[in-house]
Amino acid sequence: MSVSIDIQHAVKRFGDKTIIPDLSLHIEEGEFFTLLGSSGCGKTTLLRMIAGFNSIEGGEFYFNEKRINDLQPYKRNIGMVFQNYAVFPHMSAGKNVGYGLKQRQVKEPEFSRRVDEILNVMQIQELKDRMPANMSGGQQQRIALARAIVIQPDVLLMDEPLSNLDAKLRVEMRLAIKRIQNQFKITTLYVTHDQEEALSMSDRIAVMNHGVIQQIGKPMTIYSHPRNLFVATFIGQSNLFDAEVVECEGKKALKFFDGSLQVMPRLQSSVPVGTPVKVVIRPNEIDFADQGIVGMIVETIYLGAEIRYTVNLENGQTVEVSHDIKRRFAQNGEVVHLAFDHTRANAFDAQTELSLMEEK
Amino acid sequence: MSRKRWKLDGWTLVSLLCFLYFAVFFIYPITRILISSVYDAATNTFDFSYFIKFFSKKYYTNTIINSLKVTVLATVFTCVAGTALAYVTRTVKIKFKSTLDILLIISVVSPPFIGAYSWITLLGRQGVLTKIINQVFHITYQGIYGFAGILLVFTIKLIPLVYLYVSGALKSMDSSLSEAAESLGAVGWRKIKDIVIPLVLPTILASGLLVFMRIMADFGTPKLIGEGYRTLPTLIYDSFVGDLSADKRLAATISVIVVLFTTVIFLVQRYVSNRKQIEMTGMHPIEPRAEKGFKNILCHFYVYLCVFLAMLPTLVVLHNSFRNTKGTIYLPGYSLNNYKKAFSTMGRAITNTYLYSFAAILLVVIIGVIIAYTSVRRKNKLTNVLDVISMFPYIIPGSVLGISLILAFNKKPLLLSGTALIIIMAYVIRRLPYTIRSSSAILRQIDLGVEEASQSLGANPVKTFFAVTLPMMASGILSGAIMSWLSIISELSASVMLWVTSTQTLSIAIYFQVMDGNYGVASALSSILILTTIIVLLLFFKITGKREIEL
Repeated sequence: MSVSIDIQHAVKRFGDKTIIPDLSLHIEEGEFFTLLGSSGCGKTTLLRMIAGFNSIEGGEFYFNEKRINDLQPYKRNIGMVFQNYAVFPHMSAGKNVGYGLKQRQVKEPEFSRRVDEILNVMQIQELKDRMPANMSGGQQQRIALARAIVIQPDVLLMDEPLSNLDAKLRVEMRLAIKRIQNQFKITTLYVTHDQEEALSMSDRIAVMNHGVIQQIGKPMTIYSHPRNLFVATFIGQSNLFDAEVVECEGKKALKFFDGSLQVMPRLQSSVPVGTPVKVVIRPNEIDFADQGIVGMIVETIYLGAEIRYTVNLENGQTVEVSHDIKRRFAQNGEVVHLAFDHTRANAFDAQTELSLMEEK
Repeated sequence: MSRKRWKLDGWTLVSLLCFLYFAVFFIYPITRILISSVYDAATNTFDFSYFIKFFSKKYYTNTIINSLKVTVLATVFTCVAGTALAYVTRTVKIKFKSTLDILLIISVVSPPFIGAYSWITLLGRQGVLTKIINQVFHITYQGIYGFAGILLVFTIKLIPLVYLYVSGALKSMDSSLSEAAESLGAVGWRKIKDIVIPLVLPTILASGLLVFMRIMADFGTPKLIGEGYRTLPTLIYDSFVGDLSADKRLAATISVIVVLFTTVIFLVQRYVSNRKQIEMTGMHPIEPRAEKGFKNILCHFYVYLCVFLAMLPTLVVLHNSFRNTKGTIYLPGYSLNNYKKAFSTMGRAITNTYLYSFAAILLVVIIGVIIAYTSVRRKNKLTNVLDVISMFPYIIPGSVLGISLILAFNKKPLLLSGTALIIIMAYVIRRLPYTIRSSSAILRQIDLGVEEASQSLGANPVKTFFAVTLPMMASGILSGAIMSWLSIISELSASVMLWVTSTQTLSIAIYFQVMDGNYGVASALSSILILTTIIVLLLFFKITGKREIEL
């Protein structure tokens, strides 16, 4: 029963403030699609436009071929999971879950069968007759999810559903949501500011900033081939270097402030020599080698599976480096040379901030 | 161990003093009235003959039915209409909403009996509207007296009260709950019935109880507009001070019966709302939506009608106060004659009102804060007992309290009747439950850690209380005190039992001026009371920057 979602040139204004200027998006049937961005980027606004709780100032919204712009929320057949769960406090878990079925006039025995089934799937069978007041956040969220899914919605909309949970529960619920979504194959739109959540759960991610989609892609693509500087620095931890494009033995290379060179085979061949660029390199993609940018380790933090170094460069910049603990430990005060994994580093035009790397 | 337990610290001492206060001015008088109802002074024996007499005579049992009929119906009407008003204004954008809110608050705190008097001048025998109705329909409508009149006055008067409470509860309902219901397919009436009403039901019940108690105990309204329609408070008054039929034992008996009623209602409400208690934390309240067309017009009409009716008595009284009058007849023309007459003959009543109410409010705040503090922060058996006892006045109607104070203090060595003190004590006892409740609510919201921090920095408990706790409570206490003061200056049902000529207050003066047919002076005095209320309320809004009150 899942549908595809098609959004064309969506516009959202609050008063004379434009939140979303012009946004188009296509979500495949059965896809787990995540809107990722920091707070205020318009991701929740977009979700609520799809749900029907926010007005649409412009553009077309489709579920399959059906235009839903003027459809009331309750006629869109959506399942919605809220940040604060929105479990009805005066109803038992079972009543909460059955509420949507009651509105759809589902009769016994189907009613009980479906409620019990979903409670079983969510592993909250034992909560059925209990009131939400004394339940943990995780339990309430499971009820909210069960309540949204039991009505067999065309679309499942989740608005930062895990942000009120503690770290351990969050990981557990992440798996549960992904498992349920796989099982029911409901088209899911998931809103979050937590990149780890987005990367681990989504089929595709749209990174948003200021109401504009910066990049849409599979988690791996977003992480390793960011389309612009915003996405590169927003996702994961990054070190940022200023550099200049040079020619070195017939290959494109980058020249850093200290004159050291780094060959970049993936750099677009059309980039002219002399272009100022910003290079983004993640902490775990920097090695200590025999040559490269010189720096001194000023701090080491042991984190169990990895060790983190803070390295001060000669120009005053600090660089974060993270290494597997199987490697040799370096000490504070040690002078090191930094070498980059050139297959993983990304370079961006300093002016346009767009990626200068070949598409993979 | 034992030394510690018996150590008499400052808090225990003041708790004991408070307890003593309650014992003298509340427990003892209430005990006296209980005894009076079963004690036969002539034969020096105890019997239940008056209870039997009361329940076997139709004259009396009808009074119970009258009271219940008016109270139950008016409570139901106000709860339905007030809840509807709250829901409409929370979900639909209404023009001038903040002004309307202020008007509704003004009508809530304005003196209750003014409504009755004002509706008489509109729909009474000589009423403006009555005359119009009679001319238009060529009938001889005799005016809205008796049952219909009482019902009308109470319903219109108390809708805003329910509105304020329910509106507050709706504000704490997160919009996601309403949206969740909608996304699951429940809209319109079904959403209201399944989600909204159950969630605010505890508040509706609580405000319903308040309304019930107010109507059940109200003396002025049925006395003025009832015209022989007897309710329990008027029966108590008549049997206590009646010229022909004064029977103090009968008054005591009826009082006991009334208290039994209010106690049962109180307990039932407690039981029901405890079972339905729901915790809500509304981070995003429902946003009022701009509606279009017929629905928009209907919503606006309803809201404006409620506000207009609620404000009407106030406007009528203010208007009447400037009209030339002769007895109950309004003459053409306007002047300040009513005010001149009011100040020349009733100056004493005006100063008494302010004097007594200030004295009372001072005591209310001091005792209230002490009891709240000790019962929240220094829990022990004594403070628990105090906390429970201090709630009892809530279920004692004013007229009953008035009678019991007289019965208790009309003989030496405790001869207080006829003094200002006895009226002030009645005010204090009546208002204490509210102040204690609001003060303890404020205290519970203050993190204990703040006080512990103060003590860890070297301030002893007393210093901590004055330097940290009290300042943090101050704004809440002040707003509570202002509201209490406003209700004290219009108190009638207890003071009307206790007054003598020299201790007359504004509300008593107004009541007797209306009863004597001096409508001009009555409206001038009422206007003084109303204007005081409005000015204080607006000052309160200005100072606190709030647009809401805690009743």
